[in-house]
Amino acid sequence: MPLIDENKLTKSKNRNQKIAFFLFASVGYFIVTILVAILSFIVYKGIGVINWNFISQMPEEGMTKGGIYPAIIGTLYLVSGSMLFAFPIGVLAAIYMNEYFKDGIIKRIVRMMTNNLAGVPSIVFGLFGMSLFVNKLGFGDSILAGSLTLGLLVLPIVIRTTEEALKAVDDTFRQASLGLGATKWQTTRRVVLPIAFPNIITGLILSIGRVSGETAPILFTVAAYFLPKLPSSIFDQAMALPYHLYVISTSGTNIEESRPIAYGTALVLILIVLICNLIANGLRKYFSKKVKMN
Amino acid sequence: MYKLESKNVDFFYGTSQALKNINIAIHPNTVTALIGPSGCGKSTYLRLFNRMNDLIGNTKINGQVLIDGDDIYAKGVNVDSLRKKTGMVFQKPNPFPKTIFENVAYGLRVNGITDKKFIEERVETSIKQVVLWDEVKDKLKKSAFELSGGQQQRLCIARALAIQPSVILMDEPTSALDPISTAKIEELIYELKSKYTIVIVTHNMQQAGRVSDSTAFFYLGELIEYSATKELFTNPKIERTQNYITGRFG
Repeated sequence: MPLIDENKLTKSKNRNQKIAFFLFASVGYFIVTILVAILSFIVYKGIGVINWNFISQMPEEGMTKGGIYPAIIGTLYLVSGSMLFAFPIGVLAAIYMNEYFKDGIIKRIVRMMTNNLAGVPSIVFGLFGMSLFVNKLGFGDSILAGSLTLGLLVLPIVIRTTEEALKAVDDTFRQASLGLGATKWQTTRRVVLPIAFPNIITGLILSIGRVSGETAPILFTVAAYFLPKLPSSIFDQAMALPYHLYVISTSGTNIEESRPIAYGTALVLILIVLICNLIANGLRKYFSKKVKMN
Repeated sequence: MYKLESKNVDFFYGTSQALKNINIAIHPNTVTALIGPSGCGKSTYLRLFNRMNDLIGNTKINGQVLIDGDDIYAKGVNVDSLRKKTGMVFQKPNPFPKTIFENVAYGLRVNGITDKKFIEERVETSIKQVVLWDEVKDKLKKSAFELSGGQQQRLCIARALAIQPSVILMDEPTSALDPISTAKIEELIYELKSKYTIVIVTHNMQQAGRVSDSTAFFYLGELIEYSATKELFTNPKIERTQNYITGRFG
């Protein structure tokens, strides 16, 4: 008699495989269902108020009527402002960390700090931004102060994703370039960065998503409760979508009546993030292709 | 005079010693094969000649490494210009994500050459040297990634030749290639010998036998035997060499 019953073994293997597949598939579908549920809920509740006036007009009657135009513009300003600050600095810092900084205890400490920075609660960034940018540097409640605060918040994300992108570049590319007598900077600029760039754009995508949705850091640094005009300079206060949503849902003049506007605002916020991601994704694809062509 | 020479070279990664007292002298216009099991130090040894090991932190070298009689680890040596004396070819073909033309022109551009005509001529000569010209002359502006693996590897050799080195270092240049591409590279090595001194790391005994004039057998960081290839393969003096080349261990 054989030691192992082949038929029995095959059966039990197949059963185990089926159970495992079923579990994985259910978890997968469950997560997708939640996502779809949230999105459809927001779309269902919010689509009714969305029209051209809603996105092009000022809020009216204690924010229970009218549009959310200034909040949209404010959010766009904050997203661009914070990216202008965080993206170049983060990418340069990551280049230094990955290409130049010699391995050792100091590098480990710096990396640990960067990672910890990513874990600091956003309200703490808000408080820090208020005391440094708003008060100490005297920017006041302004787009500048808000953008810098949001920029600080996403700096670790930009640094980390850029570092990962640089790490993913095969070392033999660097060696081949250096082997031809190129300097380290020539190698980084002409070979490493172009290869890493599509992945660096991923960092940008993640940061944009994060920045446009953050409420706490802008609370004390830029956000206006109600400001029925557009900012005219970076030293002006501005409304912003996430804060507007918070305001009309918790401390508006008539919370029940402004509920549809809240959902509409949420929908617009999601759409803006989606559009930003699509643009960034397009850029990513464009640069991947360009990398192969040049 | 010897083209390449190492005198009493020890090499350390941190505290672990990767090379122990290596003495090798290589004549100009010869092909030298470095063989031995994985981790024996043959790649580390190859990379001494263009100081590629400098890129790894926490390494240490004792002894002397000479190119044309000059100690390349001496104080005040400019590593960037030193590396122009040697061209390197890697295990996997690694053309830059640039056009075929720009891959070969890269070494000239980073060394400050801007004369368009000169660059064009040099690129053409280099690609002809690796017998790739007829295959790519109509698509120089196309991405190097469109070439086959074997073509890419020949392009990488052309890229190395463009800066006119006198030494070519090859680190298992055919291990990722099919037999036909491998044969083409081996043929090329044979032809390039008249102008360059070539050092090649290989895992393939037959390849070492086919292409090289001298062979060095490394084992656990030591140079076990170094002699004319014919001699080493037909009449090895040391038993361990015999065992390795006949496949009894490795």
